[in-house]
Amino acid sequence: MSPTVIILFLIIVSLTLVITYWASKRTQTTGDFYTAGGGLTGFQNGLAISGDYLSAASFLGIAGSIALFGFDGFFYSIGFLIAYLVVLFLVAEPLRNLGKYTIADMINARFDAKKVRGAAALSTITISIFYMIAQLVGAGALIQLLFDIPYSGAVLIVGVMMTIYVLFGGMIATSWVQIVKAVLLMAGMVVISFLVLLHFNFNIGAMFSEVKTATSHGADYLSPGLKYTDSLGTISLMLALVLGTAGLPHILMRFFTVKDAKTARSSVVTATWIIGIFYVLTLFLGFGAAIFVGESTITEANPGGNMAAPLLAEAIGGEFLFAFISAVAFATILAVVAGLVLSGASAFAHDLYGQIIKKGKASDQQQMLAARYAALAVSVLSIVLSLFAQYLNVAFLVSLAFCIAASANLPVILYTVYWKRFNTAGAVTAMLSGLFSALILVSMSPSVFSPVEGAALFVGDPIFPLTNPALVSVPIGFLGGYLGTIFSKESDVKRYAEVKVKANTGYRETGS
Amino acid sequence: MSTVNELNTGKQANETVDFEEVEESEQFKSFMQNKKKFIIPYTIFFLIFYFLLPVLTSYTTFLNTPLVGDISWVWVFAFAQFVMTWVLCTIYVKKAASFDNQADQIIKDQMHNGGESS
Repeated sequence: MSPTVIILFLIIVSLTLVITYWASKRTQTTGDFYTAGGGLTGFQNGLAISGDYLSAASFLGIAGSIALFGFDGFFYSIGFLIAYLVVLFLVAEPLRNLGKYTIADMINARFDAKKVRGAAALSTITISIFYMIAQLVGAGALIQLLFDIPYSGAVLIVGVMMTIYVLFGGMIATSWVQIVKAVLLMAGMVVISFLVLLHFNFNIGAMFSEVKTATSHGADYLSPGLKYTDSLGTISLMLALVLGTAGLPHILMRFFTVKDAKTARSSVVTATWIIGIFYVLTLFLGFGAAIFVGESTITEANPGGNMAAPLLAEAIGGEFLFAFISAVAFATILAVVAGLVLSGASAFAHDLYGQIIKKGKASDQQQMLAARYAALAVSVLSIVLSLFAQYLNVAFLVSLAFCIAASANLPVILYTVYWKRFNTAGAVTAMLSGLFSALILVSMSPSVFSPVEGAALFVGDPIFPLTNPALVSVPIGFLGGYLGTIFSKESDVKRYAEVKVKANTGYRETGS
Repeated sequence: MSTVNELNTGKQANETVDFEEVEESEQFKSFMQNKKKFIIPYTIFFLIFYFLLPVLTSYTTFLNTPLVGDISWVWVFAFAQFVMTWVLCTIYVKKAASFDNQADQIIKDQMHNGGESS
């Protein structure tokens, strides 16, 4: 590896550590730790949401998928973006109006029951850990390739770094690492896209004509159907992508880092523009990689295509751009896992410890200590799991996290805000039926069972045909909530009136 | 937020606001009606527009017809998804500003004692 790569890596890593040091001086209360004291502006928070969302899966994975599979790779970009309309229209403002630190807080605005909070914490922790394993496995593979060190060493380096950010800097450090990373990532994307387009004198039609002959797929490369041949499977995946975001705890937690619903809204809008431009650019990266790097070189470096973007940077921008993009990819992974650790830790410390075990009577200091221990525990657990998950497919883990989020969290969030009759029993059955149906269906799916040896975890015929079970598990989550509600007589109309008024007007009692 | 509001404690606010009464008021009802009239049709529209893409690519091939040179309709439709997202985002923000005004008015009229809009 060249000195340029090492120096750029060190610069970016030190920059993030300086941010963490600065933030640690500012993290005094649990509010600071969980939500940066609610003090981010809409624009800053929009950048941080983009930073949270544009994970290694988006940056490395989608560019690679487009490079290898043409249009089918672009499906992910579309699904991940439209998901923000669901967030903006249905979830962001009521969530900000009702919640304090976590999703469970928001659901608890309507139901006091501990079992509801416990179920919400359980699904938050499950989603965070699945998502994090995916990021860590991806990170391990990237660092392993770049620095030529063993996988386990690579995972440990990333794991220790993310633990430092969260433990010492909390949400303030995590937010600023996200912001810096979002800016660097967008800059890198724009430069690469510019260089690719420059080759074609900014004639997009010429780029399409060139890519048509650049791959072994010929003209089929430009049409859908190269990767996703199963119709229901494609629709099920698209359903998980568009509904999953509105239930992802580390994204939803970002709405508590601003002062009110208006700022939450403006941050979603900023994020939608940045993320949208980013996903348009993934097209130029993917096509560019297919043309200037070539299929065989991409798959040689990584069978999943994950190295397409860094390799393209090297091919058209030389070593410096390669070093810059690799360092940004590293920062991307760190920033995303830090956000995930924080959302998992807050569910442990705030919901399970603070509200259920201590019944809301824990002092600020006790809670802060608990949050830091929880962050440590979540980090260690996911590092250990990632060491065993080396050969699992990263895309499968990410789509599973989206699927659980869409099946377990989204139904209960929508019912809480919009359904008058909804009650405690319904909230618990919605979350548990969504969570477990997603987990069970995935464990019977082609991702886990394959007749071809080595293609999946176990050899055998899959019992359930869809790789991503959202098409079945999301309706089960909604149905579970509906049945749980109507079979229980309990109903609190008065409490719903309060929730409805507060969620829609943003009214809050002072001092609460 | 303002000094006047800070003088009221949380307890007082709880006692003075009857949320059922607010919910039953004509003012709140028409506010919710306006919101529903806006959010429901737009949500249905963007979900249909979105799922039309995988449904059409899975069950038909007519989107593969070239439009300009080697660019086929499927790319135009895909790009239209991005434009749709940005347009709807802008429309939502414009509309939400008028909802904010109505919400503030409700807080002012119905929950005058204690509380703050946030």
